[in-house]
Amino acid sequence: MPVIVARQLSRRLATPEGPITILERIDLTINRGETVAVVGVSGAGKSTLLALLAGLDQATAGEVTLAGQPLTPLSEDQRAALRAKLLGFVFQNFQLLPHLTALENVMLPLELAALEAPATEAQRLLHRVGLAERLHHYPAQLSGGEQQRVALARAFAGNPALLLADEPTGNLDTTTGQRVIELLFELNREQGTTLLLVTHDELLARRCRRVLELDGGQLREL
Amino acid sequence: MAHSMLQQGWRMARRDWRGGELQVVALALLVAVTAVTAVGFFTDRVRGAMLEQAAELLAADRVVQRSGEIPAIWLQQAEAVNLRHSITTLFRSVVLAGDALQLAEVKAVDSRYPLRGELRIADQRYGTERPIASGPPPGDVWLDPQLADRLQVAVEQQIELGELSLRVGAILRDEPDRGADLFTIAPRLLMHRDDLAASGLLGSGALRSERLLLAGEPAALARFDYWLQPQLDESSRLISGREARPELQQALERAERYLGLAALVSLLLAGIAIATSAHHYALRQRSNAALLRCLGVDSATIGQLYLLQIVLLALVTAALGGLLGYLAQWLLAAIIGDLFALSLPVPSLLPWFQGLLIGVVTVVGFALPPLWALRRIPPLQVLRQPSEQLPQAPWFPYLAAGTALFGLLLWQAGDLKLALQVAAGTLLTLLLLWLLAALLVALLGLLRRGTGISWRFGLLNIPRRAAASRLQIMALGSGIMVLLLLSLVRLDLLAHWRSTLPLDAPNHFLIDIRPTQVDALADLLAQRRGVDLPFYPMVRGRLERINSRPVSAADYRSPRAQRLVRREFNLSWSDGLLPGNRLLAGTFHGEDGGDGEVSWSLEQGLAESLAIELGDWLQFRIGDRHISGRVDSLREVDWDSFQVNFFVLTQPGVLEPEAASWITSLYLPPDQRSLLTELIRQFPNVTVIDVAAIMERVRMVIDRVILAVEFVFLFTLLAGITVLLAALQASHRQRQRELALLRSLGVRRRALRQLLLAEFLTLGGVAGGVAALVAALLGWLLATQLFGFDYRPNPLIVWVGIAIGSISSSLIGWWHTRRLLERPPLPLLRQDRQ
Repeated sequence: MPVIVARQLSRRLATPEGPITILERIDLTINRGETVAVVGVSGAGKSTLLALLAGLDQATAGEVTLAGQPLTPLSEDQRAALRAKLLGFVFQNFQLLPHLTALENVMLPLELAALEAPATEAQRLLHRVGLAERLHHYPAQLSGGEQQRVALARAFAGNPALLLADEPTGNLDTTTGQRVIELLFELNREQGTTLLLVTHDELLARRCRRVLELDGGQLREL
Repeated sequence: MAHSMLQQGWRMARRDWRGGELQVVALALLVAVTAVTAVGFFTDRVRGAMLEQAAELLAADRVVQRSGEIPAIWLQQAEAVNLRHSITTLFRSVVLAGDALQLAEVKAVDSRYPLRGELRIADQRYGTERPIASGPPPGDVWLDPQLADRLQVAVEQQIELGELSLRVGAILRDEPDRGADLFTIAPRLLMHRDDLAASGLLGSGALRSERLLLAGEPAALARFDYWLQPQLDESSRLISGREARPELQQALERAERYLGLAALVSLLLAGIAIATSAHHYALRQRSNAALLRCLGVDSATIGQLYLLQIVLLALVTAALGGLLGYLAQWLLAAIIGDLFALSLPVPSLLPWFQGLLIGVVTVVGFALPPLWALRRIPPLQVLRQPSEQLPQAPWFPYLAAGTALFGLLLWQAGDLKLALQVAAGTLLTLLLLWLLAALLVALLGLLRRGTGISWRFGLLNIPRRAAASRLQIMALGSGIMVLLLLSLVRLDLLAHWRSTLPLDAPNHFLIDIRPTQVDALADLLAQRRGVDLPFYPMVRGRLERINSRPVSAADYRSPRAQRLVRREFNLSWSDGLLPGNRLLAGTFHGEDGGDGEVSWSLEQGLAESLAIELGDWLQFRIGDRHISGRVDSLREVDWDSFQVNFFVLTQPGVLEPEAASWITSLYLPPDQRSLLTELIRQFPNVTVIDVAAIMERVRMVIDRVILAVEFVFLFTLLAGITVLLAALQASHRQRQRELALLRSLGVRRRALRQLLLAEFLTLGGVAGGVAALVAALLGWLLATQLFGFDYRPNPLIVWVGIAIGSISSSLIGWWHTRRLLERPPLPLLRQDRQ
């Protein structure tokens, strides 16, 4: 059963020099449990595609269906509700709230979803990513790798159906990046999450079952 | 759900508090509410104290004056509501001492007199005086110096009053309620009421009036007033502290207005500080809001969370600020306690609630719009570098906040015109500041060449962050502008007050001068004092008709109008305006060449009280003559000046000169008081009124007002500094990032210091210069339009503004950024990345 279906998806931007096309009539289907990497050079539109598929941005044309729900007729708030139910995110720049501890950052989506015992679940996840000793540290007190592991724990909190990762190793050195990748795929396996990641890290892309390349606004399977 | 939302809001507030941004908002609010409530509490107490001062001029909190005896039931009622009371009996009688005889204004007092204030007596006519808490014992009389002079008696000698022989116990130098009858005063004799019956002076039909003096709690006074009102008839009237003296009332009104203005300014500064901090906070919240949106929080929930957060913050901080304000004013009262001869009354709780309301309204009004705009942050921003702008903030909360704030201004000012002027003035001022800031920021953008790298970078920082710079200059400029305006208006206003009561202001009035004595008296005074004094004729007349309608006290609701109608007016004539008079409307009689009709010129306040307009016909009865004429002009009279002034003037030739008595005022230094003895010997019928003591009291009241105003300004100053801090705090993070980056690129600390100095000096200088220009303009407007005196802005003010702006901005900027230059750049960069 497909988790994401994109049909004839286009995204154009108006610029002072005239409109530019970032994505041109893209068709894409991702099934439950799949791991998919989107690769491409900088500026190819990878992050834009991710944003459109997550309902963070609106397409100029075409349609995205998320777990059977078309996004176009939904308001921003309805799309937000869908994200809260289905999606987890990992960002290149971690996007941890600076004034929250590691534990509180992981608790946040659980609290927002009004789940029972958010602290217990958050602690379990932080244990799982190897940060049992860092529960009460603030992001500024953590290394880049540790911050991204907190972000992973947060992304998997609430057991989302689909995990979207935008250059998850982009800000990390190779060794640390490698560890984060291992962790990402382990959690993915354990929780049976569908994974869509955007990267130009070939090692990372190769770990995915499918690799798609974005070039000139077009998507092709490698 | 509501509980969960509250919990989440509280948790967010607590966590964001740790983040530091809300601390700035809270600090601004705390200082603002502390300032506003401290001002509120303090002015509440100062007003109370000033009312007590006014009460001293009555020797009580309330006086009921009645022609004839005070009914016993009034006394019983006063006792029933727990008021202290005293009765004084006033009548005129001839006093004898040997061969000398003299008409005196006798006041018989009981042992409780005075209820407020104190008497001052001396053992010799012009000897050292001392205060005393109560009047003479039975068997004694106290004479005022003029009476003792005229009678040629000294302390310990006997005088005869009616059938009694009484001992002169002391020379009476001052009585607290003497000011209440400044112009009707005859030489005073003070005696004990227990001697009245034996004197045989108050048989049936004797003309006397009695005063019931009352003192006690405001609530008890109010209860007594309420009970008494229906009992009052034409022969009796109630006097409260504020009606004691027109010049004191004027001073009180002016003080209230001025303290109110200072409070308004604190409030407006608070709004600016909070708006600046809140905008900064909202900017800092963009990525958090985008992340929350990304994590699936809907816009309504985001809005509610921020609203809840900000309301919680406002309530807690404002409550605390109110408490601090309460403590601050107690501290103030403790510091100046010895300067205030009177203890300040306990403040009411109203300013605390006022502070709470002001805090919530200000924070919600000024912090909510940018935070509310976070609802519409695109979640996509989480993947991008957040822009420097917030989504367009909705305008209606600003409008609602503006309206609410204006309501609060109105409440504080107690005067729609003043509130409107301040509000319009503030808006125009902010607009003007913003426009000038925008212009200068744009001009700085042209400075791409020349100067050293540090200066160029520093200066270019200003146009590079144009929106932030405009806001900072506007905020900083507002603070400096208000401080300059306050110090300017303060100094000029105080100078004005002082100049109306110069050291050589008249301290004696000579009244009852016969027309035939004017020249001789003028010669004597010219010879002995070396001055040509103006003499004014005075004729007593009762207002009979306005536009052919008979005048009755019952036609008026205001006690002042009723009192005016019952009294006889002192009418005078003059060719031109008297000193200290200003023509407000119409033509001063005589200037139009005269059309043969009688022309009246009225004091504006009198005309307002009696609802008399220009062109109305007034008829006065003077003796057995009825004189009617048209009101041709309205005048403003400066009662503070202690110059001779009249409510009603007409042209020469209307009133009979032979019916007039003449009046003059003069300044007599303390060492020349013996001139009075000589004067009285030569002109025995002339009454000398020594107003020095009264003036001293008025001067003291004014000095206290000044002191109070200066303390109010301490808080305004604090509020101004908060604006400055808020403005600098707003760009702190950005500066931190840039400095860390420049340092990591190898720029040396010294160069960075120069860069910061260039930026802060320029920013402060621009803000200060702009503020000075606006302050000069507003100062001129306020002085001429509101306080009614001439004011020419000093050109130095621009340099003062620039200096204040540059120095304060640099000092606070240095204080803010000093740690940034001491810490290694990496933690700063890493911190910023969060």
